[in-house]
Amino acid sequence: MRIALFITCVNDTLFPDTGRAVVELLERLGHEVVFPQGQTCCGQMHYNTGYRRPATKLAVRFVQTFDGADAVVVPSASCAAMIREHYPRLGRSGSRLSRKVAALAPRVYDLTELLVDVLGVTDVDAYYPHRVAYHPTCHGLRMLGLGDRPYRLLRAVRGLDLVEVGRPEECCGFGGTFALKNSDVSTAMGADKARQAVDTGAEVLCMVDNSCLMHVGGILQRQRSGVRVAHIAEILARTETSEAAVSPTTEEADR
Amino acid sequence: MSATFLGMPPFPEAARAAVEDSQLRHNLHKATHTIRDKRGQAVGELDDWAELRSEGAAIKEHTLRHLDRYLEQVEESVQRAGGTVHWASDAAEANAIVTRLVHGTGQSDVVKVKSMATQEIELNRALEQAGITAYETDLAELIVQLGQDLPSHILVPAIHLGRARIREIFLEHMARWGVPAPQGLTDDPRALAEAARVHLRERFLNTRTAISGANFVVADSGTTVVLESEGNGRMCLTLPETLISVVGIEKIVPTFDDLEVFMQLLPRSSTGERMNPYTSMWSGVAPGDGPQEFHLVLLDNGRTDVLADTVGRQALRCIRCSACLNACPVYERTGGHAYGSVYPGPIGAILTPQLQGMSSETDRSLPYASSLCGACYEVCPVAIDIPEVLVHLREQAVEGPGRTGEKAMMAGAEAALSSPAALEAAQRAASAVRGAVPRHLPGAASAWTDTRSVPEIPEESFRRWWKKRGEER
Repeated sequence: MRIALFITCVNDTLFPDTGRAVVELLERLGHEVVFPQGQTCCGQMHYNTGYRRPATKLAVRFVQTFDGADAVVVPSASCAAMIREHYPRLGRSGSRLSRKVAALAPRVYDLTELLVDVLGVTDVDAYYPHRVAYHPTCHGLRMLGLGDRPYRLLRAVRGLDLVEVGRPEECCGFGGTFALKNSDVSTAMGADKARQAVDTGAEVLCMVDNSCLMHVGGILQRQRSGVRVAHIAEILARTETSEAAVSPTTEEADR
Repeated sequence: MSATFLGMPPFPEAARAAVEDSQLRHNLHKATHTIRDKRGQAVGELDDWAELRSEGAAIKEHTLRHLDRYLEQVEESVQRAGGTVHWASDAAEANAIVTRLVHGTGQSDVVKVKSMATQEIELNRALEQAGITAYETDLAELIVQLGQDLPSHILVPAIHLGRARIREIFLEHMARWGVPAPQGLTDDPRALAEAARVHLRERFLNTRTAISGANFVVADSGTTVVLESEGNGRMCLTLPETLISVVGIEKIVPTFDDLEVFMQLLPRSSTGERMNPYTSMWSGVAPGDGPQEFHLVLLDNGRTDVLADTVGRQALRCIRCSACLNACPVYERTGGHAYGSVYPGPIGAILTPQLQGMSSETDRSLPYASSLCGACYEVCPVAIDIPEVLVHLREQAVEGPGRTGEKAMMAGAEAALSSPAALEAAQRAASAVRGAVPRHLPGAASAWTDTRSVPEIPEESFRRWWKKRGEER
């Protein structure tokens, strides 16, 4: 299958390894990945902060860029949710944008949805011999309804010891600009999530969204907790060969 | 006229103090999780919860759409049943009506059933200025009143207080208001409840006028409905000679049959019980039985303005169950006072700014008091999409004054994301300073780096890697 990758601005700029992992994984499964060059950002930050006009412009760019794609994969549940759940609210009814959104949005998938629902695979032939704590992020849980898809994918990974973070339905406190505007509450929430992750005894905290991971991971790193974070794509892409090539560092330099 | 606590700072500032209060955090964590879990069990018992929820939302939507008609029907049916209906367009008018009615009874004391509407219009203060003492009879409201405190939860207004503090409040202040707390009062919940019971009993037997709100008003029968747990409401609604109920115009349901839906939705969402202990219903007056004079004050106070907003008006479906407060990870860590209003938590964050018209900085900060996690929407028994309304109100907030830093940041981001070339330029600029990013950033960015490390900026962006990979192939 020919799959268009919407990398998201956060992954593109700060977490390119996640994008590379998506490409590696999908190609390993025998699919073709394309990267439409016109893409930038889904507009979630502007939309959620109240800046509807720039968000709408970014939505227009998105539908133009991905027009006609058979399937769009998004390695971020909240960006996928922005496109599927909020884009329909941006265009006026009957407008060109709303027609394009209606046609495209159903073919936009979070990575775990693409794998399980579209490609029909749960065992992606990955190897990751680590204890991994999984936390379902809010937009994946409540807006996309990812359900057990991430768990099924992770359980099929050879060597992986899967544990769940306590109170999985509770928000980690990232919330986009909430993390800055209400940093005290955001940190209080993140500290609880970090503690729940540490309590699992896992080496790795895994989620389907790098923005939430950046927040909880940033706290875990400040605390020198010894728990590192990984996007689910990076775990699913790992094989015996690539695992041997990487020596995991639990503590990167705290910048 | 406002429901805002005077002089409250914007949410982030108030929240900072709350987050650092370890006793508050402990109380709130325990209380919200207990009610949250109880609600989950009570709701989980019903396999038709989803249908009930959409039915509740549909009844409310229908009623609000035809509110003009139903309000007239309420007036007609209540008057036919021997009650008197008053119309109050705002808090000042409502307070003036209630004050006049109480003066008309010749009484200077009134007992009160817990009511959000009278909190919203600050009725107690208005009555006090008119020489009338209002006695709260709900246990938690009593604690808040005795302690000269402010409510911090819709259902459990004293949720922020522990039993040791409640004991102190009883010992210190009960005597001034009536029967004193017994000597040797302990902080055993039973002993505290008994002290309140004795204190309140005297009040019930000696007060001839009562003021209540209502959970529902049934349009076709003119029936007013109050749900409660303690029985204090039943006392206030049956013993006095005069009963005055102040009710928001959104509390109407068309028929008695519609109540069936809400009687299942409300207790399970609110206290996590299958049914609340006391439900009182009365239609006007009944000769020789209960209050012989009944006044219904229908309160607008900003509600018709909310009704005009096609996105925001779903907030008027709210049945004040407080499930959204108990489910909210933000409320759990800040408590209710930080919201600066009698309506705290997620519902307060969308209701208060709408009722008041986003007039203050505090109002404009409330729609941002959420990570948009969606837990509130999930538990709302009338399916109010609180995150949707929050974002809608944020769109109004950014039209307001100030926010220069934020607007500059958003404009900068908009420029950087306006084309792939602009984004790539920004990414190259970021990569150029990788390794030189200090651990603690100055200015607005310190809100992040005070508590969280910044991810390491990669050598090259994804799109650059992709381009090079294409060239190599």
